[in-house]
Amino acid sequence: MTARVSLTTPDAVAQDMAGRPVVVLRGVGKRYSNGTLAVAGVDLDIRGGEFASLLGPSGCGKSTVLRMIAGLGEPSAGQIDWPGATHDGRGQPVRDVGFVFQEPTLMPWATALQNVMLPLRLQKVPSRAAADRAAAALQSVGLEAFLDAYPRELSGGMKMRVSIARALVTEPRILLLDEPFAALDEITRHRLNDDLLALWARAGFTVLFVTHSVFESVYLSQRIVVMAARPGRIVADVAIAAPFPRDAGFRTSVEYADACKVVSARLAAAIVA
Amino acid sequence: MTDSVARPSAARAAPAGDGTDEAARPVAIVEKRWLGLTVETWQRILAPLAIGVIVLGLWEFIVRQAGIPHYILPGPLLIFRTLIADWGTLSGSLWITLQITGMALLAAVIVGGLLSILFTQSKWLELSLFPYAIILQVTPIVAIAPLIIIWVDDTLLSLLICAWIVAFFPILSNTILGINSADHNLVNLFQLYGASRWQTLIYLRLPAALPYFLGGLRISGGLALIGAVVAEFVAGSGGTASGLAFRILEAGYQLKIPRMFAALVMVSMSGIAIFLVLSLVSHLLLRRWHESAMRREN
Ligand SMILES: Nc1ncnc2c1ncn2[C@@H]1O[C@H](COP(=O)(O)OP(=O)(O)OP(=O)(O)O)[C@@H](O)[C@H]1O
Ligand SMILES: [Mg+2]
Repeated sequence: MTARVSLTTPDAVAQDMAGRPVVVLRGVGKRYSNGTLAVAGVDLDIRGGEFASLLGPSGCGKSTVLRMIAGLGEPSAGQIDWPGATHDGRGQPVRDVGFVFQEPTLMPWATALQNVMLPLRLQKVPSRAAADRAAAALQSVGLEAFLDAYPRELSGGMKMRVSIARALVTEPRILLLDEPFAALDEITRHRLNDDLLALWARAGFTVLFVTHSVFESVYLSQRIVVMAARPGRIVADVAIAAPFPRDAGFRTSVEYADACKVVSARLAAAIVA
Repeated sequence: MTDSVARPSAARAAPAGDGTDEAARPVAIVEKRWLGLTVETWQRILAPLAIGVIVLGLWEFIVRQAGIPHYILPGPLLIFRTLIADWGTLSGSLWITLQITGMALLAAVIVGGLLSILFTQSKWLELSLFPYAIILQVTPIVAIAPLIIIWVDDTLLSLLICAWIVAFFPILSNTILGINSADHNLVNLFQLYGASRWQTLIYLRLPAALPYFLGGLRISGGLALIGAVVAEFVAGSGGTASGLAFRILEAGYQLKIPRMFAALVMVSMSGIAIFLVLSLVSHLLLRRWHESAMRREN
């Protein structure tokens, strides 16, 4: 069984970019057409290879920021730069992101394999090669026995794994996740947290993870960006120094409890403000 | 610490405990079958059949008991005998009606399908043409059929056009609804990977529209038959190429009421058969993934 090289060892490009900004937001704001000012004046540097979380109360504009980074909706103010990115024919930077939605967002008429093949097929990768890569991606999330299963035949956690495999199959430099595990039970969520960390440790991509759970963000992240609402803005940027790999032992450590306290305090201040 | 060192491969090796493990794989549930059909299927077949037999028996009984003459109301047995006796002429007419229905339905699928794709790709086309589709739909077919029959020389073609007018709208409106109701996040996902309009249509919008299209198709199948019969009533034409509607008219003029009923039975049976066939097609196409065709165990 030949696993994909880049899903098992840090990608050369990612290594090269480590520590340097890969996405830079400057004064980014978004006003929706109905007049809602969702976010305003967001300055944020995402550094290559890091695991960063966006944490904030509901409605503070986390999804809006994430979607703008993914290119789903233009900022109405400021700009988003992609240092080190290649450019396409029209001079636009190639974003090279994978996106995981809160819902698994799978095509119900397609099998797990076909769902994961989708990004490759859209990029006109020959179907044979696409199938091989999709199978490898599904294997990396532990679903090698379910290639031909339809979404309806999978549990919530398994569907989310398929969704993650689909986001990773193009080997993006940046993985964007929008509250991916919010709808799952706690046991499954912990399991998927660990698996996500394992994938991140192996492949070396950059992660921006949106959540409203202090505990989840502290467990996963090297860095937590706290947001406040009305309008959505960044109010704190907390580094979580605890080393990786992290496991169940970390959840019960004093270090973890202290970090949760700090982040909770910042979040509470953000909600009052 | 050994625990955490081993973890990078955890996603592949360790049991995930969330249903991804060998032990949690679905086991095929073997249901009790009787002559190849499940108990539920037998219920579905036998219950309506029993009602049918009871009603027919009552009908026969009343006709005989009250001595109702057969030119007023023939009993089911007489109708059945007439069906057999006149099978030669009736089956020829049945074939013609079915041909018109089938061709009208095919035309409805092609035109309705293509128009719905065009309408969803171009707002202008939809804005300018959709009202006319509605006008065609709401104008009673009996009112336009005479015009069409006058304008089009070929009777068969004019009947076909009438049946098509009645049949195409449900396919058009349902498919438009389906194409537009693709999951918004999936549309975003396609956008994220720079999918072209064409790719989004082929890989996302059309599959998402399939259940809606099939729903429209089932309605249109029955409507095509109704359209074909109504148009032929209006045309009232005789000759060699006459469908079931003409047989009904003819039998009415000649007061051959049992034959009229026999033709009527054939129209109804055709309608039921069309519905069953289209339901089967729909089921076969959707059974792997769509809610409507899934067998739920809870
Ligand atoms: N398409 C839209 N049109 C208008 N307003 C919107 C739109 N999407 C979001 N908003 C508004 O923008 C604000 C931020 O929304 P956003 O979805 O980014 O918040 P969020 O932090 O992701 O919240 P949650 O945790 O509930 O997902 C909210 O006030 C919301 O009502
Ligand atoms: Mg959100």
